[in-house]
Amino acid sequence: MNRKIATILMLASASTLAACAKKAPEQLPPPPPETTQPTAQPTPQVQPTGPQVGTQAHFAAAVGSSTTIYFDTDRYNVDSQDAAALQAQAQYFARYPQVTFTIEGHADERGTREYNLALGERRANAAKNFLVSLGVDPGRISVVSYGKERPVALASNESAWAQNRRAASVIIN
Amino acid sequence: MKFALVAALMITASLPAYAVAQDLGAPISEDGQVETTATEASQAQAEEGISFTVTDESAWSDIGIAIPAFATDRDRATAANADGTGALGREIARVITANLRNNGLFKPVGPDSLPQPAFPQITAPSFGTWSGRGAEMLVHGYVRARDDGRLVVGCYLYDVALQDELVREGWVVGPADWRRAAHKCSDLIFSRLTGESPFFDSRIAYIAETGPKNARVKRLAIMDSDGANHRFLTLGSATALTPRYSPDYSKILYLSYVDGNPRIYVYDIGTGKQTLVTENRNPTIAPRWSPDGKFILYSMAVAGNTDIYRVPATGGQSVRLTNNPGIDVGGSYSPDGRKIVFESDRSGSQQCYVMDADGTNQKRISFFGGRCATPEWSPRGDQIAFTRIAGDFNIAVMNTGGGNMRVLTRGWQDEAPTWAPNGRIIQFFRTERNTGRSGIWQVDLTGQNERRLPTPVDASDPAWGPIRP
Repeated sequence: MNRKIATILMLASASTLAACAKKAPEQLPPPPPETTQPTAQPTPQVQPTGPQVGTQAHFAAAVGSSTTIYFDTDRYNVDSQDAAALQAQAQYFARYPQVTFTIEGHADERGTREYNLALGERRANAAKNFLVSLGVDPGRISVVSYGKERPVALASNESAWAQNRRAASVIIN
Repeated sequence: MKFALVAALMITASLPAYAVAQDLGAPISEDGQVETTATEASQAQAEEGISFTVTDESAWSDIGIAIPAFATDRDRATAANADGTGALGREIARVITANLRNNGLFKPVGPDSLPQPAFPQITAPSFGTWSGRGAEMLVHGYVRARDDGRLVVGCYLYDVALQDELVREGWVVGPADWRRAAHKCSDLIFSRLTGESPFFDSRIAYIAETGPKNARVKRLAIMDSDGANHRFLTLGSATALTPRYSPDYSKILYLSYVDGNPRIYVYDIGTGKQTLVTENRNPTIAPRWSPDGKFILYSMAVAGNTDIYRVPATGGQSVRLTNNPGIDVGGSYSPDGRKIVFESDRSGSQQCYVMDADGTNQKRISFFGGRCATPEWSPRGDQIAFTRIAGDFNIAVMNTGGGNMRVLTRGWQDEAPTWAPNGRIIQFFRTERNTGRSGIWQVDLTGQNERRLPTPVDASDPAWGPIRP
């Protein structure tokens, strides 16, 4: 029964994703490493195959590239494509209310260091506020800004900068 | 029992895990004292006839200064140089030569291509030798090792044409501080010839960077103004950013991610201990000292919105100085402590604003094209350096009302200016396109004399401290 709902949710997320696929940058950051649980621990409530609830891999498998939203230069507003991605996230977090997570705010390299720290903070909070408006308990959400200090795309061009102006939701476990 | 408890506590305190959690290296020992001493020559009055104004740099940029090796009364062993005080005298002259050359103001000729004066000639130069070589100015000096191991260094500046002494001074330094004597001598020469305040005997805090662009290790580091005496202060397990030396060099403010979040710490250099600038769950960035060291400015994001706050350096209640839905960040005091220049994007893009030190009378001052970021008030009070963003990122200066904007550098990404203690030179960091590699550069106010500072690894966020006592 539970499994059925999960499947429906994942399908719904996947179709939401397809609708906003053009927003995703051409080069996606590499997928997070698979988190393997110690096999000695019995975990009867979780499916024996695939990533487990509470891991980034499980989150990413459920929402795809919607783990991350992207911003225009110096902007921090949540546009319609971001909203779709955040809705997919909100559905996931509604489905797994025990999961807590951090939103990491980032900026591209074409800004001064301190301003970018403040800008990343603003972006991460914009994503947080949107998730809260969708019913996610703010107590489950941490926020951290890395400014321009942690780029995922390493070139110095518009495409790379677009991938780095982001707010990424990361599962804490 | 009691002893065992104390011993256990000491063992706990010395566990390496503690240092890792703090990301701090071993504290550095207190600096030695430099005392001024009477030189050993006759007390002739310095000639007042020669001086140069800073506004006309071309007039003295061609002045040839001969800097032969400093003499020694007798060659003695010293901890400052394995080959004794004679070799040390040559090294001191080399440091002075590099200082004066690297700032583009003079044409110094160093000890390696000059005859070496004997000790008695230090106070009685053979002017004919030096005028024959085309030198207009002559620097002489001596090194004498005292029985207590400390060094006496004398420094003399002569005008070759007038055959007269312009200025002299002497210092007593510990052997580890021999370079400071060379910097003091450089400052004496620079000040006497330009009428400007000294700056060579000063230090720089900065961020040392290593590793690939997507996994950069950023460590707090310090060095002398010429790049010597380099030290890492943090271990690199946590990202460190944006240091600022306290006016008395006893502390460094900087940002660290050591607890996972960006927070400002006050690092005490002597004790190696650090404390949060404010006990608060919110992220704090962009630390600054007031000129008297009594207050700290920091920027704090609350629910995503960043504003500027002030807190006494000894701790206590913070005062909020800006209250605006835009990002207000940074802040740099005027030297009299009455005004603060800061950046804000309240108009829609980063621009520079000035306010009174209590946060009142906030006024935008930058109205030229492009953006104005990271403003830093000159220690002379007359200019503000900043990062100008207009396509590329460049270092520029303007007067305190925002007028007479001048762009000094032409890199792809030059940012975060910091002033030399005399307000004549600006350091900044330059980032390379694509590779993300960075280095510290400096430029003078004419924009003509630009050079990269030697650092052991990549470098960013320079913060130039004041002249040392």
